[in-house]
Amino acid sequence: MTEDLPRLKEPYSTRGQQREADMLGVYLFLASEIMLFGGLFAVIFIAHFLHPEEFVAASKKMHVAIGTANTMILLTSSALVAIAVKAARAGHARPVWRCLALSALLGVAFLGLKAYEYWSEYQDGLLPLPGARTDFTSPREHLFMNIYLIATSLHALHLTIGIVVLSLFAWLVRSRRVKLPAGATATETAATYWHLVDIIWIFLFPVLYLAR
Amino acid sequence: MTANPPSYLNAGHTIRSWLLTTDHKRIAVLYLVSVTFFFLVGGAAAGLVRADLLTPEGDLLTNEGYNRAFTLHGVIMVWFFLIPSIPNVFGNFLIPLMIGARDLAFPRLNLLSWYIYILGGLFTLIVLLVGGVDTGWTFYTPLSSMFSNGNVVLVAAAVFIVGFSSILTGLNFIVTIHRLRAPGMGWGRMPLFVWSHYATSIILVLATPVLSITLVLIAAERLFGLGIFDPSLGGDPLLFQHLFWFYSHPAVYIMVLPALGVISELVAAAARKPVFGYSFVAGSSIAIAIIGFFVWGHHMFVSGQSMYASAVFSFLSLAVAVPSGIKVYNWTATLYKGNILLDPPFLFAMSFIGLFVVGGLTGLALAMLSIDVHVHDTYFVVAHFHYIMVGGTISAYFGALHFWWPKMFGRMYPLTWGRITAATIFFGFNLTFFPQFILGFLGMPRRYHVYAPEFQTLHVLSSAGSTLLGLAYLLPFVYLGYSLVAGKRASANPWGATGLEWTVPSPPPKHNFVEIPTVTGRPYDYPVDKEDRR
Ligand code: HEM
Ligand SMILES: [Cu+2]
Repeated sequence: MTEDLPRLKEPYSTRGQQREADMLGVYLFLASEIMLFGGLFAVIFIAHFLHPEEFVAASKKMHVAIGTANTMILLTSSALVAIAVKAARAGHARPVWRCLALSALLGVAFLGLKAYEYWSEYQDGLLPLPGARTDFTSPREHLFMNIYLIATSLHALHLTIGIVVLSLFAWLVRSRRVKLPAGATATETAATYWHLVDIIWIFLFPVLYLAR
Repeated sequence: MTANPPSYLNAGHTIRSWLLTTDHKRIAVLYLVSVTFFFLVGGAAAGLVRADLLTPEGDLLTNEGYNRAFTLHGVIMVWFFLIPSIPNVFGNFLIPLMIGARDLAFPRLNLLSWYIYILGGLFTLIVLLVGGVDTGWTFYTPLSSMFSNGNVVLVAAAVFIVGFSSILTGLNFIVTIHRLRAPGMGWGRMPLFVWSHYATSIILVLATPVLSITLVLIAAERLFGLGIFDPSLGGDPLLFQHLFWFYSHPAVYIMVLPALGVISELVAAAARKPVFGYSFVAGSSIAIAIIGFFVWGHHMFVSGQSMYASAVFSFLSLAVAVPSGIKVYNWTATLYKGNILLDPPFLFAMSFIGLFVVGGLTGLALAMLSIDVHVHDTYFVVAHFHYIMVGGTISAYFGALHFWWPKMFGRMYPLTWGRITAATIFFGFNLTFFPQFILGFLGMPRRYHVYAPEFQTLHVLSSAGSTLLGLAYLLPFVYLGYSLVAGKRASANPWGATGLEWTVPSPPPKHNFVEIPTVTGRPYDYPVDKEDRR
């Protein structure tokens, strides 16, 4: 059983202790990420509460179809990542790297769709970027689009990091630089980060797209 | 005793062995050097501010120069000294020793967090070189987002970066405290210093990201014109204040909770008695951490938030004083009939208690709506927070330095000089900041360097006090520096104190414990053998 766990490092006396510490560290890191987005959500809720009608009107201009498609994509990738973790614990390398790579690809697809969405918003005069032509009907709509752009681009940044991490892991497992099941904790760490990025989207989607 | 392994100090001599170390004790020393540096830079800016205030016309600095000097002072002192000082120097050094661990849970992350701190510091110094900022340490919008001609984005980046370092340190502490306690060290046997760092770390991990996102929003506003706070884009400047204080009120506890932990250790060691009401003192740290998240609105009584909100925030702010009061009460009870020795650490602790009480009581006064409306944004507020942060936190920092110095470097310093320093700091401090309470009450607004002539006497007193205070802060450089070369060797337990850190040699060996200890008794099991002393 002990060979299943990663190498014992400096301050620890048992591998179980080390594993628990690693996982606790990951959860705390995620908690701080949630607070990061928590600040943004607070802004969204307060702004929505102060200007309900304008916000609903602004939200109606979102491309719900793209948003929904992206939600489905992320949900699928999350499921794949969960399968990868199961397989990693069981020590089967091949399903692990395949699932991880596929998830990373889905992440890329998400970004592609997102880019397309930004582009069409740009065409509609909705994207408040510097130098872009915009025609907002009210300052509130402008505010809504500001929040939307900041929130989704911050999310996209996190997703990009996630894609890099998953691809790296897929490669490490495939090339046997990470041995399974010894590397299961590490796989779990990467997977948990991916889930977090998904969950943030699951909350962003309704408050931005479905607030109608 | 059997032959000891070499101490952490001489386990390697190259610069490389220091800059790439993962030993929490060496990282603590790296922090000691770097926070001392920033303390000096921030102190120099303060000196400039006080010198300018000597005359009502403020003829030393221009308006712009004055704004830049106090902003720099605030930014450096808050983010590069007060927040990191006690946790990163003493927390780093002591937490593993106190709980019987060989290191922090993530040694490399710990080193990384020092480098991040240095990176943030470099950004700040660059800002200093290219001309500074003038927004005040609070970066209030719309000044910061629209009008300020300074380098707001650079400073925001600096604070963002150093925040990341805080988060990593907090995370490291929490995991270490949860997972690496020695056998037998239950939660009820943990030193109070560790408890207070645990509470601090929770705030660091949960509140700092809110500051980060706020800074991101400001940067987005300045760089890309994406307005969240700008009314012309539909935004709301008040929102900034909410976000900022949601972090920054808890942040004041980031600064003061570690200090409270230090004082509990110093008081127990000085009285040579178990801490009175151990579990209340421990629990009050957690209570402060939790309530501290719900009081931010007391910084915004006059900002135009609703009356009801103000009333609720006022009430909650009064509530946060209760756990602080518990601590002061329990320290006093611990000292009662104690066998007290007037060593420097104890004098610093007494000075802490006195100044903290004044700061805390005036905090209560400020938390009452009626008083705050009168003295808001006057020198009264300046005096209040300096009593807590400078009088409190920095006294505790110096107390810690004088208490654990022999442990860290294995040398004793001349105690008389320590006593003189403690007394001078206390006196200089009161001379500097007490006049500011009066100034504030008389209506002297903060952040102005041109003032009515009738305020001059009080300002001169304050500047004189600050000169004395500055000199007193420099004294330890002399005798602590001297102790490193010529000080008497310190025994393992020079103060006759309890705690695992005193069971290992001074300075401790590289991996702290040859064998991980098993804890069998309660903490603060005084008295310890008398022969042990010094
Ligand atoms: C008993 C607990 C405390 C209460 C009830 C309290 C209350 C207050 C209030 C109401 C203000 C706002 C005054 C105004 O702007 O009009 C204030 C300001 C301030 N307090 Fe406290 N305080 C307490 C403890 C502390 C502690 C422990 C610290 C720091 C370690 C601290 C640091 C500050 C700072 C930095 C400011 C000024 C913020 C600024 O730049 O505007 N306070 N306090
Ligand atoms: Cu406050």
